[in-house]
Amino acid sequence: MKIPESGDPYLEGHKCGSCGAMYLGARSVCSKCGARDQMQLTRLAKTGKLYAYSIVHRTFPGIEVPYISAVVDLDDGATLKGNLIGIDPDPAKIKFDMPVEVVFADALGRKDREGNSYLSFFFKPKA
Amino acid sequence: MIDAYVVGVDMIKFGRFPDKTVPQLGAEAALLALDDCGLTIQHMEALYCGNLGQASGMVGQRILQQIGQTGIPVVNVANACATGATAFREAWTAVKAGLYDCVLAIGVEQMGKGLLGGAGGGSGIPKEGLLGSGTMPAVFAEAGMEHSRKYGTTFEQFAKVSVKNHHHSTLNPKAMYQMETPLDVVMNAEMISYPVTKLMCSVNVDGSAAAVICSEKKARELGLMKRAVKVRASVLTSDPWQERDLVMPDVNTCTRLAAKKAYEMAGLGPDDIDLIELHDCFATAEILHYENLGLCADGEAGRMIDTGETALGGRIPVNVSGGLLSKGHPLGATGIANIYEVATHLRGEAGKRQVQGARIGMTHVIGLGSACGIHILEKV
Repeated sequence: MKIPESGDPYLEGHKCGSCGAMYLGARSVCSKCGARDQMQLTRLAKTGKLYAYSIVHRTFPGIEVPYISAVVDLDDGATLKGNLIGIDPDPAKIKFDMPVEVVFADALGRKDREGNSYLSFFFKPKA
Repeated sequence: MIDAYVVGVDMIKFGRFPDKTVPQLGAEAALLALDDCGLTIQHMEALYCGNLGQASGMVGQRILQQIGQTGIPVVNVANACATGATAFREAWTAVKAGLYDCVLAIGVEQMGKGLLGGAGGGSGIPKEGLLGSGTMPAVFAEAGMEHSRKYGTTFEQFAKVSVKNHHHSTLNPKAMYQMETPLDVVMNAEMISYPVTKLMCSVNVDGSAAAVICSEKKARELGLMKRAVKVRASVLTSDPWQERDLVMPDVNTCTRLAAKKAYEMAGLGPDDIDLIELHDCFATAEILHYENLGLCADGEAGRMIDTGETALGGRIPVNVSGGLLSKGHPLGATGIANIYEVATHLRGEAGKRQVQGARIGMTHVIGLGSACGIHILEKV
């Protein structure tokens, strides 16, 4: 995730210049085709479709439930996992391939040891 | 090429043994396996020991300190939930290579209760529940939902896997649980991570299993061929690149790759297999693996569970031991425990749960991260 001096935050990916495979996080070698030093920074799409999900009711201590863990295929080919918000955690309402958008908001009030707040990304059904 | 045989194999009854140590648990299974073939630790030329929780703790050597320090080479193996299968395969590899004629493989694990892993600490803030979920139930729930999106597989169909496997374990005295769980009980159990309820999660238990593997020459020399089970195929794969790898561990592709190689190595196909112990770490996973192992065409796994084809007495019984869901899943022991189960059926010694006429069986495990281990065994 990138937060520029001016303008909106965005998600950044690394795309293999040789085979087009998309990665999150910096790397030098493509694990799909093995090409070296071909990675290109790319700004990820802001919209995508819900590929798969789970509604989490039990997790590690201190984490609030329920939440929807969503696997989203962004429109440019990258796949991300994140919380799906703005919809009831009800399997009858959540549809595969429903269009979603990437939104940025405070990281659920979570703070690190120094008391710093964080910004996170979420998926929200597209209006 | 040298043929390798399982001549002795056994497991302890899975359960919770907080007062025992990991080496003590491993030693129990090792002695059972040695007794199963009437051999002693002095016959063993090498030990391959699988354990995850104490992967840096020299568990194999500590087991020998319990049952006999003969100075043999010990290899300690860790490969997630494929740990036991990997230890077994290393033992098999050494015999196939002609390096040794008689070796011991042990898988052992002592588990806590509850979810594996943690919410993640270190610097920054926990990512669990912020960037989706990384819990094992959620990961396998999502893998199941991928099957749902493709083929319309329902929560009820996934739940039926648990009904079946819990029923099977009522016939297995070495399983953690011997209790029936009807469909409504499974579906109404605590929802952990939709569509996975508590009864659709494998049971964290302590356990151990061990196998003695011999070359054919040695097995004949020792007069052990009568109950010997031939290893027709041993395959290990890792996960080939997949487009959703980074957020969605892929248990399908590495299984399909391993199954293809295993059938090729054995010169057999899915129709030749009489029973399978596969990696039902969550009920959703079993459905995926029906297709991954070629038991049915893609998209037909839901029908297979509906029609009872994979239940004891069905066309291809799956997890008659009760599986990880009900026998229990001591991570490092599982891969050898399922070899024990299949070998026991092939020997015709499985009692009430015996798959009648079983001649060829398959075992399958997945270690997330990922590793897939498949073995095909035959009673010759």
